[in-house]
Amino acid sequence: MYRYDEFDHAFVRERVAEFRDQVARRLSGEMTEDQFKPLRLMNGVYLQLHAYMLRIAIPYGTLSSKQLRRLAHIGRVYDKGSGHFTTRQNLQFNWIKLADVPQILEELAEVEMHAIQTSGNCIRNVTADHFAGAAADEVADPRVYAEILRQWSSLHPEFSFLPRKFKLAVTAAPHDRAAVQVHDIGLHMKVDDKGERGFAVWVGGGQGRTPMVAKKVRDFLPEADLLSYCEAILRIYNLEGRRDNKYKARIKILVHETGEAEITRAIEAEFAELQGKALTVPAPEIERIARYFALPDLETLRARSEVYETAKRDPAFALFARRNVHAHKVPGYGIVTISLKPTGAPPGDATSEQMEAIADIAERYSSDELRVSHEQNLVLPHVKLDDIPVVFAQLQKIGLGDANAGFITDIIACPGLDFCALANARSIPVAQRLSERFEDIARQAEIGDLKIKISGCINACGHHHVGHIGILGVDRKGEEFYQITLGGSGDETCSIGEIVGPGFSSDGIVDAVETVVDTYLKLRISADEPFLAAYRRVGQAPFKEALYAR
Amino acid sequence: MPDDASIFRNGTFHADTWTFPADDVPLPPSGDIAVGKTRFLAEIQTLRARNGGIGVVLNPGEDPDGIVEHLDRITLVALRFTKYSDGRPYSVARLLRDRHGYKGELRATGDVLRDQVIFMLRAGFDSLDVAHAGTREALRTGSIVGVRHHYQPASDEAREAVGPVSPWRRRSV
Ligand code: SF4
Repeated sequence: MYRYDEFDHAFVRERVAEFRDQVARRLSGEMTEDQFKPLRLMNGVYLQLHAYMLRIAIPYGTLSSKQLRRLAHIGRVYDKGSGHFTTRQNLQFNWIKLADVPQILEELAEVEMHAIQTSGNCIRNVTADHFAGAAADEVADPRVYAEILRQWSSLHPEFSFLPRKFKLAVTAAPHDRAAVQVHDIGLHMKVDDKGERGFAVWVGGGQGRTPMVAKKVRDFLPEADLLSYCEAILRIYNLEGRRDNKYKARIKILVHETGEAEITRAIEAEFAELQGKALTVPAPEIERIARYFALPDLETLRARSEVYETAKRDPAFALFARRNVHAHKVPGYGIVTISLKPTGAPPGDATSEQMEAIADIAERYSSDELRVSHEQNLVLPHVKLDDIPVVFAQLQKIGLGDANAGFITDIIACPGLDFCALANARSIPVAQRLSERFEDIARQAEIGDLKIKISGCINACGHHHVGHIGILGVDRKGEEFYQITLGGSGDETCSIGEIVGPGFSSDGIVDAVETVVDTYLKLRISADEPFLAAYRRVGQAPFKEALYAR
Repeated sequence: MPDDASIFRNGTFHADTWTFPADDVPLPPSGDIAVGKTRFLAEIQTLRARNGGIGVVLNPGEDPDGIVEHLDRITLVALRFTKYSDGRPYSVARLLRDRHGYKGELRATGDVLRDQVIFMLRAGFDSLDVAHAGTREALRTGSIVGVRHHYQPASDEAREAVGPVSPWRRRSV
């Protein structure tokens, strides 16, 4: 894992001191709320419906047990005993007092954490594949590059007051688990035929009210040029991005209005000026950072574990092994997804007790490492297959043994009207009701891979545009309504879901989703044709008919 | 400190030696004057012919095209922050310093607040026109609390002592 050196420690300490000073000036009235707002946002402090919310950065979703324990502690002391993992691999506390924030930041700094740039119109916390550093299919560890980007973008003097927020994601496996094509900049690493590492660079993807799949502006950018190229993109965006209308201020609108060819030309021209200068990342520096992310000392094991295979005689464990265990690059190991989606619970929530128990499991069975996924789950990246039955049993004890990773109840939902000041409708209760409706795990297994994503308003924090089934909360004359989109996907076959028709009432939405699912089950060619593939084959018509024909 | 000493440069406040004639006021025959971009482009010959420094004021959204050819004669570029949250002047500042090699005074004017001072200096500004009382006080007493460990190269290298470059482009000042 990345470890802070003296420089990083000093940086974060100064940042805490700076924010302590800013909070003092705000509380004394020297600063108006208007002046304070962008400053607190850059430190992750939002004002929500009922209280301040603090969003803590978990760079590229990587956590140690010690860090998770500290988060559990903060949840217990300063919040109501729980935390909420977000779709940006961060953690939010929803019930925070402003006056406590400097103290919380200090406690975070002690475990090498902070809340810098988790909101505001700046370069946000960089996300990466949540199986990074462990996945059998990756060509490199994307966190190395995410860390380089984190350093470069931290308090960047030129890019701290952008037209709007700016999100980067990095992935390094052919299968894109980081949804890079719906980010402002998406970096998809590959190795060329000479064995050199580089990135396909995608620009201008995003969700919100104008969802767009990013355009590929570079097929292969050598890794040394990563920062020069990103600086070129950011400079063009900072200068040319729209500032007259906050709904048109993201880079996707600039890309769309300028045109793919012209924006590519402009980026390349700016890059030509920057290339080969101060921002070139020297190979030894990449190697140095890569060493921080070296695999922990894992044992040499046989690929097949008898303990693991025998445990599969229990059908519950067999399903867990099938759904929540992913192939590891080292024989005899697996990557375990801890589902934060037990029946009836708010997606992504974990209590302080659960966090502590998970920290213990990670310390004992996963080389002290954890990941947060953008699907609001936690991941144990390095577990011996031999140990997975024990880990499963321990997870069941804390109520987190659900074998539903990637199933219909593995739902992403934004905070919605329960917390968010911008919401039109509640998201969490819809997720809870859906997970109750589809509680039967045999039925979930029959349905197979199906991603439901729910947003409480058009800002799309719940990523509904890229849900196989997307649900969007809208306000219709003061009443909560829900629109369904179908066929979205955030992976390397990225597509934006299409609205299927008029919305459904809060009472009707769960039935409507069930209708969509039943329609799919009837029309699929076989159990091997997942929902998305079936939808792409047949299109909207059968679903529309089932939903609206009376 | 007299009230007219509003320009913070090289660590202290100075009175402004520049005048900023309105667009419809004729240019005075001597003295340092700064004008907007449109006027600068229209009257460059007159400006060059008179005695006194030439300055130009750019609003957010105005690029330095047309100005850069004359940078050898320009001794003040003032970039206006109409709202401190509009960050375009930072990019213009960096372009002037890094791309066009501008060495003269680069002034931030308008909504200049203490919490952005470090960003401004790092982007290449070496002069701040400060109207905000709290910011003046903080600059005068040297009480700005901020982050002085920098991860990335910027445009202030020439003016700030380069600390230990550890391990790569990091710098503490
Ligand atoms: S999608 Fe809307 S309701 Fe949900 S968190 Fe984002 S802004 Fe709030």
